[in-house]
Amino acid sequence: MTTASSALPNFALDDGTAQRRFPSGRSTLLCFVKEDCPTCRLSMPLIREMQDRYGEHVDVWAVGQDSEGNAVLIDEYGLSGPMLDDSALKVSFAYEIDTVPTLILTDGDGHEQRRFHGFGRDDFRDMTTELSRLSGLGVAAVNWDDYPEMMPGCGSKSMEPGIYERLKAEAEGSPIRARRIEVGQNEDVYELLYEQGVTDGLPVMPPTPERVVRMLEYTSRDPQEQIAVLPPNLAPVTIEKVAINAVLAGCKPEYFPVVLAATEAIADERFNVHGAIATTMGGAPVLIVNGPIREQIGLNSGQGALGQGFRANATIGRAVRLVIRNIGGHRPGGTERSTIGWPGKYTLCFAEAEERAPTWTPLHVERGFQPQDSVVTAVIQTAGPSQVIDQTSRTPEALGGSIGLKAAMARHAKLPAIGETVIIVSPEHYDTLARAGWTKDDLRRRIQEVGEKPLREWLADEESGGLAGATLQQFLHGKDLTEADLDRPIRKFREDAWLMIVVAGGGAGKWSGVMDAFGTGAGGTMAVSRKIETIAGVGA
Amino acid sequence: MTTENLVILDPTDEREPVRRELTQRPETISGTIALLDISKPRGDVFLNRLESLIAERLPGVATKRYMKPTVARPAPEDVKQAIRQEADFVIEALAD
Repeated sequence: MTTASSALPNFALDDGTAQRRFPSGRSTLLCFVKEDCPTCRLSMPLIREMQDRYGEHVDVWAVGQDSEGNAVLIDEYGLSGPMLDDSALKVSFAYEIDTVPTLILTDGDGHEQRRFHGFGRDDFRDMTTELSRLSGLGVAAVNWDDYPEMMPGCGSKSMEPGIYERLKAEAEGSPIRARRIEVGQNEDVYELLYEQGVTDGLPVMPPTPERVVRMLEYTSRDPQEQIAVLPPNLAPVTIEKVAINAVLAGCKPEYFPVVLAATEAIADERFNVHGAIATTMGGAPVLIVNGPIREQIGLNSGQGALGQGFRANATIGRAVRLVIRNIGGHRPGGTERSTIGWPGKYTLCFAEAEERAPTWTPLHVERGFQPQDSVVTAVIQTAGPSQVIDQTSRTPEALGGSIGLKAAMARHAKLPAIGETVIIVSPEHYDTLARAGWTKDDLRRRIQEVGEKPLREWLADEESGGLAGATLQQFLHGKDLTEADLDRPIRKFREDAWLMIVVAGGGAGKWSGVMDAFGTGAGGTMAVSRKIETIAGVGA
Repeated sequence: MTTENLVILDPTDEREPVRRELTQRPETISGTIALLDISKPRGDVFLNRLESLIAERLPGVATKRYMKPTVARPAPEDVKQAIRQEADFVIEALAD
């Protein structure tokens, strides 16, 4: 039992004959009950007794949680006092009732005096004593020995899954501010969502307030916090809007911290999401996740990590794409102008198989985070992965050479100095490299080694396109091309660090993968990593 | 207890109104008008009268009758499809 003096919210509820307003001006005992709760049933004769004996002086109101059940209780227990209908559960929710029965005694102004829940013989006895004192009438003649000492209560209907979230979405102070769209009785919600242009062409999960509230439970941040401004609409991106798109994408609520961190990453100015999505070349964010959250939410880093069939991978990447589309406003034919497009524009999210590559530094640690941090790295790529097929190499030089030669084909065989490129090393290929003691940096060195050619071999000629015009000028710094220039060695990748090497994939198969870069650096894009908020209750 | 309509939340930046687009209204009437009886009492009386008025005032325009099996449910897909394929306009006898 607790004693307090806070003022409870006002309400008006129907008791079948009249509307009862709280506070009533008199001392009031509110008894929250539901019909299918054995503890409520045990309490009903005592509630009736209190109504009969003290009802003239104190308002003793049963507050029932479902209309049909209320009628049953009135009938079975011969209730003559009021039974208020809270089947909408708004009062139960506002009063934070999580267990029934809950009894709350207030003064005439609605200040709480006493509250208890479940059945406690002493609690009821004390309550009748208190009512007796307030009314100046004698103590109820109850044979207390007929009652057990205590019996735990049942869950309040207002706390049931689905109902709780709806009540929260509708309550005063609700986290939900987004425009509500009512779906007509004969309207198909899935078709409606297509018609509104908010899908990627595949069906989406209807973003009901209940689902959005559940999503929002997985962040400690204010749903109305603006976390970014996204082009081209320069629209404010609130956490609530991201949650709506996460529902739309089919995310489970526990994926939401990853979606939020990824949204912040892609909205970072260095990432240049506008350029990447608008380009006719066709950029898309690739999300790579590291750290303990992979295990906690089931993000696949193993067999088929970049393929279909894994909900976390599929829906987290999709959620970020829907954020770009729906909040930012990028749509194909509008500001999304990719010439041929590619499936990476639907979704592309996977995890690094850190444990499968124990001698290598995971991507997030290379990028300055702690091993135990959960981190998402967003990087723009324009195609891939294209597979590196090498089943025969047994030395790290030869295998690294194979990966390097494949990487040298990225974008164009004769375009050097390209930007951030994701290289996915399969576990079997990792084993070959790691057995020889190679690190990620050793592989980077080898990739640069085999990709390096004298300038003359990069030049566009009769046989094919290649380095020419403004791109060539970058290497000449405004001077004419000389014989000495032609012999100058040029690397495929401008910076070693732009080779983003991650281990992923199934235990069997000597196939790695190389993706295609977008322009990196000023005027292009830079990968951005963000730490993922860890919420208590999610996994370990 | 009333059945409440499903509510969904707008995933966009809310700059544009929620659209439910109507088909473009033609300037003139030609082709075939579907007359849809939804199985309400006296729908046929209304449509019979309409049919004769159309024949009188729009001699070049054909009419074709369609019927929903029950008033209580939306038109089945085959009825909707038949109307889409065979007619250019629909007049629905909605209420009794």
